[in-house]
Formats: sequence, C-alpha cells, structure tokens
Amino acid sequence: MKISGSRIVIETLIEQGVTDVFGYPGGQVLNIYDELYKASDRLNHVLAAHEQGAAHAADGYSRATGKVGVVIATSGPGATNLVTGIATAMLDSIPMVAITGNVPTSLIGRDSFQEINITGVTLPITKHNYFVQHVSELADTIREAFQIAKSGRPGPVLIDIPKDVQIAEWDYEPTGIVPPYPQEEASDADIDRAVALINQAKRPYIYIGGGAAGRGMTADLMALAEKIDGYIGCTFMGLSALPNSYPRFLGMQGMHGKYASSMANKEADLVIGVGVRFSDRATGNTAKYCKNAKIIQLDTDLSEINKNVKVEVGLIGNIVSSFSRILERCAKQEHSEWQQTVERFKAEAKAIEEQAEAKATTEMTPKKIFDIINEVKDETTVIATDVGQHQMWTAQYVNFERPRRFASSGGLGTMGYGLGAAIGAQIGSGDKTVLITGDGSFGMNLNELATAVTYNTPVITVIMNNGVLGMVRQWQTLFYGKRYSNTVLGRKTDFVKLADAFGLPGERVSTPEEFRAAFERAMKHDGPYLIDTLIDMDEFVLPMLPPGGSIEDIITTKEEQ
Amino acid sequence: MRSVIAVYVENKYGVLTRVSGLFMRKGFNIDSLTVGETDDPAFSRITITLNGDDYAREQLINQLKKLHNVKQVKLLEGETSVERELMLVKVRTTPENRAEIMAAAEIYRAKIIDYTTESMCVEVTGEPSKIKAFIEVMKPLGIIEMCRTGVVSLERGGSILEK
Repeated sequence: MKISGSRIVIETLIEQGVTDVFGYPGGQVLNIYDELYKASDRLNHVLAAHEQGAAHAADGYSRATGKVGVVIATSGPGATNLVTGIATAMLDSIPMVAITGNVPTSLIGRDSFQEINITGVTLPITKHNYFVQHVSELADTIREAFQIAKSGRPGPVLIDIPKDVQIAEWDYEPTGIVPPYPQEEASDADIDRAVALINQAKRPYIYIGGGAAGRGMTADLMALAEKIDGYIGCTFMGLSALPNSYPRFLGMQGMHGKYASSMANKEADLVIGVGVRFSDRATGNTAKYCKNAKIIQLDTDLSEINKNVKVEVGLIGNIVSSFSRILERCAKQEHSEWQQTVERFKAEAKAIEEQAEAKATTEMTPKKIFDIINEVKDETTVIATDVGQHQMWTAQYVNFERPRRFASSGGLGTMGYGLGAAIGAQIGSGDKTVLITGDGSFGMNLNELATAVTYNTPVITVIMNNGVLGMVRQWQTLFYGKRYSNTVLGRKTDFVKLADAFGLPGERVSTPEEFRAAFERAMKHDGPYLIDTLIDMDEFVLPMLPPGGSIEDIITTKEEQ
Repeated sequence: MRSVIAVYVENKYGVLTRVSGLFMRKGFNIDSLTVGETDDPAFSRITITLNGDDYAREQLINQLKKLHNVKQVKLLEGETSVERELMLVKVRTTPENRAEIMAAAEIYRAKIIDYTTESMCVEVTGEPSKIKAFIEVMKPLGIIEMCRTGVVSLERGGSILEK
C-alpha cells in the first residue's frame, strides 16, 4: 500500500512500539503533525512549551522506562532548540530518536526560511544521524535509527526529513520491533583472567556506573559483593542501580561523593568497574587514581577501555553476561580486615556528616529536607533534578530503592534539564515524580510548568531557593577568594505567584515542619505542585574533592577554607 | 610515531564528514587522509596516516569502529603492507636548470607531464620518503606549487580487509 512519507513516519513509530512522543509543531513538520492528528488514538503526543523541554522530556521518559524516547521538532530553530537535549542524552548514553522536518530538497542549501543543516550541527552529539533523501529509504531509516539508539551503548539518533519526502508516497509494509544489534561477548580467557584477579584480591571494590543501572543487574551485583566479600560504590550515573539500604552499597564516590565510597575506592587492591568511564568527576586526578589497585573494566563500548585509566583486564561486550559469568566462576571469599576497614570508613563518614549537621547555623539544612523527602516518598517515586548544589545533595541524601527512579543530567550537567525530564519521566512511569531544583536552574526552563498543567502531570517541583547560583558560588568561596561574580541573583521572582499564574498550586516554606506539611500535601495532590523551599545561601555541598585533586585533598567542613 | 590505518566505509552521504569530524572532536593529529570508491561502489576505502602515540592510535581505531557507516578498521604494519603516494610538482624552468630537473626526474622514475618555456610539471609516485626526497631536490630549483594525494596502502599477499 502506498502512503505518504509523513504517514510512514507515524506508522513506523507505532510499529517500533512507540506509545508516546514529545514535540512541538512548525512549518516543516505540518504533514507529520497532520498524521499525528489522525493517529491520536494510537500515538500520544505531548506538546511541550519549548523544543528543549520536549527533548528533555523524551530523555526523562527513556530514563524512567528504558524505552527509546522520541521527540519531534520543526526545521531551523525547532531543530536547534533540541541540541542541548540531544547532547544531554549523548553524554549520559540515553536512547533517543529525534525527528526534525526540513525545507524541501529543492530548497536545501539556499539558506531558505528556517533552514539549518541540523545533521551537521548534531554530528558530534548524536550516535548517528540521517538526512533522508528519498521517501523509499524512510521506513528503514527510522527502523535503523531505533536499532542504533538502543544497541550496545545507547544514545541519541536524529532523522532529518525534508518536507517533500514527507509528502511523497511509497509502499509501506509493517515489520516487527527491530532488536538491538547482537553484542560482543568477552572471551573465556579474559573472563578467567578477571576471575583470577578477583580470587587474589584482599580488598575488592565494585564500582558501578550508568552502564550497570537499569539493566536488571541488581541481584547479580549484590550476589558478587556477598560472594567476594566486597563493597560497591557508584558514579553519579550509577545511582539507583542498587537500593541505598543495601549495607554493602557505599553510595556515590568522587568530587561530591560519599566519604566511605571514595575511601574504599582508594584503599581497594582491586577495582571492578562496571559500565563506568572513569570520568574526572568520579576519579579525581587520574595520575593518582588506583595506583595500588588493579582494575577490571566491563564495558560494551571498546573505546572506553583504557580511555581514562589503564586497566588490567578489559571485558568488552555485553556487561550483563560478562558480570554473571564472573559471578559464576569466582571463588567464595572472606576478607574480615577489609570489612573492618570499610566499617571504619562508614563510621568516619557518619561522624563527618553529624559534625556538619551539628555546626549548621540554620534549621533548614539540605539534609533535613532530604530526610523528609525520603520519609514521605515511596519506592515508586521518581526523582528528577536540575544541575548544581541541589543535584549533588540529591545524589548524597536521597534513598533510591529501585532502578529507573532517577533522571538527572550527569555528563553534560544541563541546567534547565529537570522540569522537562520530570514531566517525561512521570508520563513514562505513571508514578509520582519529584523535581528537585534550584532557583537558578529552574529559571532556565520554568515555562514547562505550562505543560505540566495542561496534562495535569503529577510532578512536584521542590525549588531549593537560596537566591544564588549556589554551586558556582561555592567554588568562588573556595577557589576564587569569595569574589561572587554574577552568582548573587538579586531577583524578585515570586515562585508561588508564578505557580498561580501557570495554574498550579504552590506554597513557600522556610522550616522543616512547613516543608514536611507541604510535601505531604503535594504527594497527595493529583497534579503538579510547587514548593518554594527557602534555604541559606551559605550551605555547601560537602564533602568535596577539589578539581584535579584526590581523596587526600578532601574538604569536609566549611571552616577548612 | 606514524601509523597507517585502513578504513572501509559505506559510500553514503556525509561519511567523510563523520570520519574527519572525529579527528577534530578527539584532537587527533592526522598527517594525511585519502578516500576513494572501491570495486564495489557501495563502499569506499579511506587511508589515514596518524602521528601519535599508542594511546592515540588505539583511541582512533576504537572511535572509528563506533561510527555506524564504518565497516572495518585495520592497522597496516609497515613490513606487511605496501604504501604509495602521488605528487604533482610544478617547477620554474630556465635554460640552465632544465637539464638538471629532467635528470632528477629520470633518477626518481618521475614523469614530466607538462612542459612550457617557464615551467615543468613533474609527476612522481612512491613511498612518502621518496616523495620527500624529491621535494628536497626540487626546492633549490624553484618549486612554484605542488600537490600530494596522501598515502594509499594495501597489505602484501592475500590478506584483505573483510567488509
């Protein structure tokens, strides 16, 4: 049957299992939106306030569900507005398909109205991209885009479709959902080398990242930790892979990580990196990193092996199967000395935290806010964040209980990511979603409140409002002689009135009791809710390892500076 | 250290941009890059010469393998492969230097492919070291302009790049 290119787009999306898409219409996607209108009973379209918000929503949707997020935008500015969202997905390896319209092929290259070479623009921030030159290639291109997006190390793929290709007709035959490309499997010899190292280790430490989160590895991770008597720490992207309540899980390590996990990594004689890229934020100075430890690295992306640190054994290919083969083959071990050491780190970490709380000059400390969130939320609640101090406090204090309950921009560190992502994550998961944000980040894309109101999306926005760009200001305090260049906002935005203007309930709180009451109300409310939470501008994210430093340089209190 | 890397790519829209964009993105220092269609018009073969250490070489190969249109990447070792490059060089001629240019061309098995009263154009083919030597000979005689193709290379014997 011959159908139009734009209908092929819709039919192929549905054929690939897509149920929800995010986007914004415009001149060069009118035909696609016309088909969306006709297919509205089969494909749900969520209209964002801005294409960037739509891209972040597709990203949040993917993080919460594991499915490929889909976003549609028009040519020119519509397409360029996706750029930050696509780059965010790229850096965090989030599967996404972005579809853009473009001017008809006869007008390409003539600087036509709203024409931009978006495949050129997005070349370095997509896993792959396509400019569809003929309608005959369209369906297979979309299928291949999905396949690439979800295979191996996932990532975003962009498909640019000129308007004449959307209009032209071609035969369409539905196929099934395309499976990911088969992954390489690590060789038996390499697995045996890894197992030999594990069997010799006295102080094993498992270090997990985004490649281990949301892949059904929770039970295996725990089983290996038990079997080899080791401990587990994670990168920012590895958060929520394991429940925080699991005693062998020490939390996030690195620049703003937990003291116990950073110390355990430093003292370990063997580090098993699972889906991690040894980013500078997690390792500190790589010249000093793991100087006394051997490293085993499991990754599906061969370019990650030996990229940032030199490893003893690199297991390239399917992380999940490599890990379970290791688990099966390694010997049961006991390392009581290592247990004592790590328990000591945990005790020291607790003391550091308590000391910091005891020294607090205000009642409304970030830790108290997160204690309340942890008590009131349930295990299905999705947590999204923006970028800055609130994000690191989230990483340090939120008790995650199951995978895919966390959406935050790790690699790119995109301020303004949170609200769109929270809306996408809520729509994908169907569960209550809490956006932790700061007044700086929130100011960047708060227009998406309109989207949350339109769709009555139960997203609770908690603005940790300190009137400053807290993280940058913290660096200025520590490393720039307290010269607060452009970080004191001096704005007079009334977020409660803003909520009212957008059509959602909002309240302002300044004590833990008020926050608890407001948060409980918000959790019960069916729809979006905003809590403007006033905190002190001098709260720090601690501990902190200075950039380029290592655990020896740890800053645990403000007074150290 | 110099490495020669052969890359089999799908002959599709933007492939060369993807490959060359990678060099900029990852900060690789490339000496030369040549590209041309193969016996199967659906595929092109790229030859890259890279100046860098083991780390740069490993990263370049691994990053190339990640590109969707790249079907095969292989490091070509000097002892087991042949390399050729072609150069056209235009030299200013005078009655005094004409004979010397022609003698040099003969020794280097180069061909004179254009001859006017003011200039000669010489075509020379060989390994990069030979090209370099020929440039040194021509320099004092007055090179007006020159153009090199960059290195192409194939493995010796029956060994091939699997598509």
